[in-house]
Amino acid sequence: MPLLSVDKLTKSFGGLTAVSNVTMNIEKGELVGIIGPNGAGKTTLFNLFTGVYTPTSGSIKLDSDGEVKELGGLKPYNVTKAGLARTFQNIRLFKDLTVLDNVRIAMHQNIQYKLPSAFFRFNKFYNEEESLREEAIKLLDIFHLSHKKNELAKNLPYGEQRHLEIARALATKPAILLLDEPAAGMNPNETANLTETIEWIRQEFKLTILLIEHDMSLVMKICERIYVLDYGMMIASGKPAEIRANKKVIEAYLGEDVSNA
Amino acid sequence: MKALTKKNLLILGAILLTFTVVQGLISVGIINKFYEITIAMICINIILAVSLNLVTGFTGQFSLGHAGFMSIGAYFGAVINLQMESTGGFLLGIFAGALAATLVGILIGIPTLRLKGDYLAIATLGMAEIIRVVFLNLDITNGAAGLSGIPRYTNWLWLCFFTVATVLLINNFIKSSYGRACISIREDEIAAESMGINTTKYKVMAFAIGAFFAGIAGALHSSYFYFIRPDIFGFLKSIDILIIVVLGGMGSITGSILAAILLAVLTTYLQAFTAVRMIIYALLLVVIMIFRPQGIMGTKEISDLFKSKKKDERIG
Repeated sequence: MPLLSVDKLTKSFGGLTAVSNVTMNIEKGELVGIIGPNGAGKTTLFNLFTGVYTPTSGSIKLDSDGEVKELGGLKPYNVTKAGLARTFQNIRLFKDLTVLDNVRIAMHQNIQYKLPSAFFRFNKFYNEEESLREEAIKLLDIFHLSHKKNELAKNLPYGEQRHLEIARALATKPAILLLDEPAAGMNPNETANLTETIEWIRQEFKLTILLIEHDMSLVMKICERIYVLDYGMMIASGKPAEIRANKKVIEAYLGEDVSNA
Repeated sequence: MKALTKKNLLILGAILLTFTVVQGLISVGIINKFYEITIAMICINIILAVSLNLVTGFTGQFSLGHAGFMSIGAYFGAVINLQMESTGGFLLGIFAGALAATLVGILIGIPTLRLKGDYLAIATLGMAEIIRVVFLNLDITNGAAGLSGIPRYTNWLWLCFFTVATVLLINNFIKSSYGRACISIREDEIAAESMGINTTKYKVMAFAIGAFFAGIAGALHSSYFYFIRPDIFGFLKSIDILIIVVLGGMGSITGSILAAILLAVLTTYLQAFTAVRMIIYALLLVVIMIFRPQGIMGTKEISDLFKSKKKDERIG
């Protein structure tokens, strides 16, 4: 069974069907891209996966170590607990908190000590907070952010904010990482840098990554498979080379006339 | 023992010193009955403001019903204390009041904390009014006439003890992983949820903890002032507490403490100008808000001011 299997997923808002009958399978360890013109339903799909929206129909099943879980209709925090973590298209960091706190908050769901230890500061509290802190700094090291751990997140440059968001998502210890336009607003240099980072964390954390992206250089370079959405429907799927040559995809992006000409 | 750091010992020393000096001044009579009331007001207001700050300043849930929880503590304390006139009865009353307030906080929090911003403010306001009307109509609380002749067990020792305990416990909570979860709700609820934080659970938790300490403050109040009636704990009392929190800085414990002291001292000295007292008080609030809208301390604590920027921020 694939790690994530999406079956006939549909979401309508009143009369508008934002995602219609989408079926996809993501195998463990894959790096899959989702592309499509603006308004194609890519972010809606992510919001369905992560519990922001409840599906109108269809199912999203996650295979966590042989145990199959239905994610459709779960609350976002339960989806995260099940092993899906995400970043946002428009960065949603805890802006007025420090870089370190941003990561530590994402680690909260795995905290072992109970409320009394928090109130009365038993040794458990000190031990766990200390190891939590070390773990967070280790994670920040990967993104070259540990020297900025006491900076407020809002004071970081844009590219580093994107990196911090990925670090924060990784802190929840996910099986699948969903990246919503990670390269948006980055210059070619930063994008190349990010491409490397994504490939590296995939190896290091044995992650399965699903990403939405407009930057074709990034998508074509690192994704093993690509799904293409248009008007909420899946119009194509396959390897980057196949997608590049797919007539329907070219039509969706450039309009019908161009492909006929 | 990891708690025995130099900083914590210093804080303990300062608390003991303050306690002894004030106790000494009370016993020799330099602090007379009039100023003793000011001190009691300061302590009770610190407990109320710090606990409301947890809800409004740190978790970001705008509550206008804190006096409702205070009244639950006050009535439980008073009723139990009138039955059992002993220190044991006094302490039992405090804890029964605090627990009852917590329970009501949880019951009310679960439905209302789904609301945001001004809607939540109105809902909590309504809740406090319901609590007030209940006390107004019960036999055991003696209705609008209120309860009088409550034995006074609240003294400087207990005031100091409960104030210090409240500040320490809430401070510990905020600086734990649980506290960070609450703060993340204030910062960005959607991001917090997608980081695995059950936002409803932590909002209710903050609300319940806030209610617990407000209950303690209420019981201390009833046992200090001999007398309570429902309208003491009306809308205006909730606003009074909120003013302390906003003035001190939403998200600053030391700010709430400073503001509670400042406002109590101000009220005491303004009593000389009875006619224009409230005008001066209100004007001062307006002026402070114009020149320092983030409150006296903003989201900083006093200890942050002494910390050098390069120094690593350690736990606690």
